[in-house]
Amino acid sequence: MTALVIAEHDNTSIKAATLNVISAAKQISIFSDGQVHILVAGHQCSAATQVASGIEGVSKVIHADSEALAHGLAENLAAQVLAIAGNYSHILFPATAGGKNVAPRVAAKLDVAQISDITKVESADTFERPIYAGNAIATVQSTDATKVITVRTTGFDVAAATGGAAAVESVAAQADSGKSSFKGGEIAKNDRPELTAAKIIVSGGRALGSSEKFNEVMTPLADKLGAAIGASRAAVDAGYAANDLQVGQTGKIVAPQLYIAAGISGAIQHLAGMKDSKVIVAINKDPEAPIFSVADFGLEADLFAAVPELTNAV
Amino acid sequence: MKILVPVKRVVDYNVKVRVKSDNSGVDIANVKMSMNPFDEIAVEEAVRLKEKGLATEVIAVSCGVAQCQETLRTAMAIGADRGILVETAADLDLQPLAVAKLLKALVDKEQPGLIILGKQAIDDDCNQTGQMLAALADLPQATFASKVEIVDGKAQVTREIDGGLEVLSISLPAVVTTDLRLNEPRYVTLPNIMKAKKKQLDTFKPEDLGVDVAPRIKTLKVAEPAKRSAGIKVPDVATLVDKLKNVAKVI
Repeated sequence: MTALVIAEHDNTSIKAATLNVISAAKQISIFSDGQVHILVAGHQCSAATQVASGIEGVSKVIHADSEALAHGLAENLAAQVLAIAGNYSHILFPATAGGKNVAPRVAAKLDVAQISDITKVESADTFERPIYAGNAIATVQSTDATKVITVRTTGFDVAAATGGAAAVESVAAQADSGKSSFKGGEIAKNDRPELTAAKIIVSGGRALGSSEKFNEVMTPLADKLGAAIGASRAAVDAGYAANDLQVGQTGKIVAPQLYIAAGISGAIQHLAGMKDSKVIVAINKDPEAPIFSVADFGLEADLFAAVPELTNAV
Repeated sequence: MKILVPVKRVVDYNVKVRVKSDNSGVDIANVKMSMNPFDEIAVEEAVRLKEKGLATEVIAVSCGVAQCQETLRTAMAIGADRGILVETAADLDLQPLAVAKLLKALVDKEQPGLIILGKQAIDDDCNQTGQMLAALADLPQATFASKVEIVDGKAQVTREIDGGLEVLSISLPAVVTTDLRLNEPRYVTLPNIMKAKKKQLDTFKPEDLGVDVAPRIKTLKVAEPAKRSAGIKVPDVATLVDKLKNVAKVI
């Protein structure tokens, strides 16, 4: 009864979301009396493999290296997981864009259901997961022999990244499917913390009015607080902010220590992505805005005055 | 090239669902039902590809209760040419793996060049069916698409991923799942709604397709999420900063 965690990485380092998944796997291993292994599948990823071997609670790192695994193509990565899946009772992915892309392929090939977005481990086969944009929490039990799971990172603490000394085992890489190829990407480079791992998030809505205003008003506050920047769907759809900044039911799910929502009305779909934040601040000039119903501190004010004032005051 | 577009009937996105008092599920009796918003984007994309001359026929499919016919009619009002309903019993908990198997059987039957699905249904929030179908049919996939182009017999798809965008080229036939920015679905007009009523709609049962749709996951309980305790309104920025520093101690 060993659990396998599929690492999210960039070939040199391990993405933070993986550490939350390790915590979930450790909780499962308490019930199943088993171990936690981690698969690092990539291209020239020995550095990431070394980092993975240091994660506390991991007893073995499985390392698969080939050009076909360079970009995490779903077809190739799923085949790599399936090649070793028979050794495991649980196969866990982070509920990130990468994990969500690959996990169902693995589940379907194993002819098992997938349990998406778990937020709590009740036992080796029973989990909690939010449904209807987090407006209900379902407790579900898998009847399949192998449990394929994606883990909502906000539901679990991060495992210690150091302190472990896992053995590394290299396995043969699977052949390229030949059906899919990576053509290019545009990954935004900045020094800000990652949205899903940030302690503080400042998030802007449609009230910002333009992409220039969004940057002019929100960026200085984020810089001052060392915060990540988020946005509502309305702001992203209007082109004020990049798509990967969207917080909500179908965007990023976040739970920082402090979430500051400026000019965000608080649609159900947005609340689903941030209502587990420890402290929520809402700045909105509409006293009836639904965001105030989840805010710890609400400030009824024009954000164009209040946000710069806040930037100066912190 | 045929395009197959699976569509799901879900509680309308504007409805705030209530958990049943016996914790057996959410109450969907007498609640407005609509097409899953991501699936609407999928239908729109398929119809646009047909309008550009890149597809010959758009077939909408829905798996579920008899009322899914309404969802199929909506898809046909947007522009799908015909519909297929795979009708399941009202008391069946139809799960993504079973839907993917039903769709795989229809892919074998219809041989589409492209299958476009919504990335996620807004009721169970699973985000599984498209990827599962791709695996079962042994097809390449491009999920979370924000742009789809057909170039030299391949699909070039821009995907929304963590940190930005990436572009994949996948051979056809293939599975694409839609993200929010792919397109803005058109409003359906009354003449098109009337026209849709006359379009062909075939009905199958899972046993006609030789698929076992028994659920693999048991729902033991559905509960309300923990409520946040009510917060306070602050009169000005200075008070807000004071609260954040000295009460919440988060800055």
